[in-house]
Amino acid sequence: MNIFIEYAIWIYLLPFVAFVINIFFGKRLPRQGDWVSVGAVLISLALSVAMFVGMLLNYDPDFTQEISFSWISLGSFNVSLGFLVDNITITMLLVVSLISSMSHIFSLKYMEGDVRYSRYYAYLSLFTFSMNGIVVANNLMLLYMSWELVGLSSYLLIGHWYEKKSASDAGMKAFLTNRVGDIGFFIGIMLLFTAIGSVAYTDIFAGVANGKVVGSFLGLSILTWAGIGLFMGAMGKSAQFPLHIWLPDAMEGPTPVSALMHAATMVAAGVFMMVRLFPIISPDALIFVAYIGGITAIFASLIAITQNDIKKVLAYSTVSQLGYMIMSVGTGAYVAAFFHLMIHAAFKANLFYGSGSVIHSMHHALHKKHDHDTDPQDMRNMGGFKNKMPITYWSMLASTLAISGIPLFSGFLSKDAILAGTLSFASHHPQHFLLPIFGFGAALITAFYMFRLIFMTFHNEPKRPDLYEDIHESPLEMTFPLVLLGALSFFIFYTIPYFNPFSDQGWFTQMIQAKTSLVAGAPTAHEIADGIHHSHVTAMILSLLVAATGILLAWQMYYKRNLSAESWANKMGVLYNLSLNKFYVDELYERFIYNPFYKLAGAVAHLDWDLYDKYVIDGFGKVTNWISKISGITDYDGLDQGIVDGFGRVAQQFGYRLKGLQTGRLQNYILFAAVGMLLIIIIQTII
Amino acid sequence: MGSLHNYLMIASVLFSLGIFAVMTRRNGIAVLMGVELILNAANLNFIAFARFGGMNISGHIFALFVIIMAAAEAAVALAIIINLYNNFKSVNVDEARQLKQ
Repeated sequence: MNIFIEYAIWIYLLPFVAFVINIFFGKRLPRQGDWVSVGAVLISLALSVAMFVGMLLNYDPDFTQEISFSWISLGSFNVSLGFLVDNITITMLLVVSLISSMSHIFSLKYMEGDVRYSRYYAYLSLFTFSMNGIVVANNLMLLYMSWELVGLSSYLLIGHWYEKKSASDAGMKAFLTNRVGDIGFFIGIMLLFTAIGSVAYTDIFAGVANGKVVGSFLGLSILTWAGIGLFMGAMGKSAQFPLHIWLPDAMEGPTPVSALMHAATMVAAGVFMMVRLFPIISPDALIFVAYIGGITAIFASLIAITQNDIKKVLAYSTVSQLGYMIMSVGTGAYVAAFFHLMIHAAFKANLFYGSGSVIHSMHHALHKKHDHDTDPQDMRNMGGFKNKMPITYWSMLASTLAISGIPLFSGFLSKDAILAGTLSFASHHPQHFLLPIFGFGAALITAFYMFRLIFMTFHNEPKRPDLYEDIHESPLEMTFPLVLLGALSFFIFYTIPYFNPFSDQGWFTQMIQAKTSLVAGAPTAHEIADGIHHSHVTAMILSLLVAATGILLAWQMYYKRNLSAESWANKMGVLYNLSLNKFYVDELYERFIYNPFYKLAGAVAHLDWDLYDKYVIDGFGKVTNWISKISGITDYDGLDQGIVDGFGRVAQQFGYRLKGLQTGRLQNYILFAAVGMLLIIIIQTII
Repeated sequence: MGSLHNYLMIASVLFSLGIFAVMTRRNGIAVLMGVELILNAANLNFIAFARFGGMNISGHIFALFVIIMAAAEAAVALAIIINLYNNFKSVNVDEARQLKQ
């Protein structure tokens, strides 16, 4: 077996082993078994790094290794499972293992003394295992199973503190919202399976290339419907509008879980799947994908402006960045989407660890003051933490510069590529001029709200001087991930062996090259790359402009206070309220989906209970009762008393009568015998 | 004198007397004697049929068997009567009616 495949299988299975050990024996192990999970994920990380180095040494963009074995074999129906390792897999495995090990390490302190410490680590391992399953799968079946496992483990981790009603509700909301998307995903898989007869990527790709998927439905080809179905799965997992509602609520989970979920595992799954399956998504479906992504990007960033909860801001920022990636897939620049996915994983995980560090220290300060009413996540209670928490501050600042798209930082490279992709798409299709507007608008707003977060948390005078003295830098277990991931926000790690901060040329662009779409009539990879290349400079200048504008606005409003945020909020009025209340999406769902559904369910329940149960079911009962009563009378009074007891009585009477003959005197018996004998002789003589 | 009929008449009288003794005597020994009468009535018949009825030698043989069997029977019956006496201090057969419930 190839060494890469072997490593991939180990990386895949080790967290699962840790999960099994911890879920069954975790409580009895020393330190409640955290070292099992941490150890497993660290070995995974070491193997991922080894694979990654191997990939760089190979330096082969077309590197692909595959292994598969038969799983279900029923006559002509065959499903085989298997693993696929190519450069995308290797890169993604490194991202997942890295972020996951950081989460494991960060949790050592953050979750110290938790009631369900060992179970928490078991679930973290399960989460990592599921995500790795999505990454290494070579077929849609294993992908779908891991997909559902990711849903399950996110449900378990979001609801980790299930004593809190909001946490258990958030877990359920995440799970159910994901189900909506997953139905579409499953329909997409089944459409492809019925047309092609296999779930393996290679077979599906070949089938689509040979035009095996034919037919149309409601004016769109079946392939388009399959693409939209698959994308629905990504909409659920990657929190795209209108299925984004679960993600901000998922902040109820522990912060390291949020970091893991927002950076590498859960939400990355949708984008990763779209990247994997890009060559079979038809151009019509891609337009749908692009618009959903663009709308999500601008919509979520608008909400993030007005949120005061530090984690909520980051949550909406994640939704917005995912919108970017999805939009990029839609415009054909799917390698840029994957690039952004990887870069975003590093800086977004870091931002979450930073916020976790801030919340941790706020929590302790509040605890010391015996203040249990103040929300430790509310940025309105912070300010001036820069001097008290220097490591957290500098590391978060690096990531903020990265997410805003400032040169020298990683986000600049990928954001630039995505925006160039949208520009080039719009220049080829002028009717889709809205997409670049969404993109650049979201870039502006992102820069603004991220610096708002930084200024409100770390700069100016403290808003709660009483707490300020108790704010301390977090312990080493928590600052280590911050330093490591903060360093990864610099561009250099992504452009090796080149050192040009304005170009994304580097190992990534050479290792991962776009494949041409297999759908007839779609633009080739070369055309898309050409377009991006032409729009590159324009996009760079524009994105620098919007980022600078956003940062300046935030500077004026929240650092210099030359512009009053309050008066702007008043001026905006309706818009401000819309943003603050998240555009009332939850309320709209409540009004137009949940409530009518409850009413319908109530009506059906009424029909079922008051009509069907009461009359039909109970009617059967009554008739049966009546019949059995009659049958009881016949059986007991007629059969038992008359016939069965009758036989008994007759036998008893005979016995009673005949008893007198048994005198016990021998001579009587002889007399009877003699008389009987005589009678027989007499009768014979007469006859 | 000398016809089969006369022997049969005597045998049936003997038999009836035996039955009568078995049915009416209370004394176990007397009952046993009645049984001997019945057996002898049968013996008489065998001999008569040997002489007049064509049974020939087998009639004699049967009579001899009956005599032997009667001896054996008397031994068993007397043993029963001794047991009866041991249990009830009487040879009255009416006492032995415990099978009646």
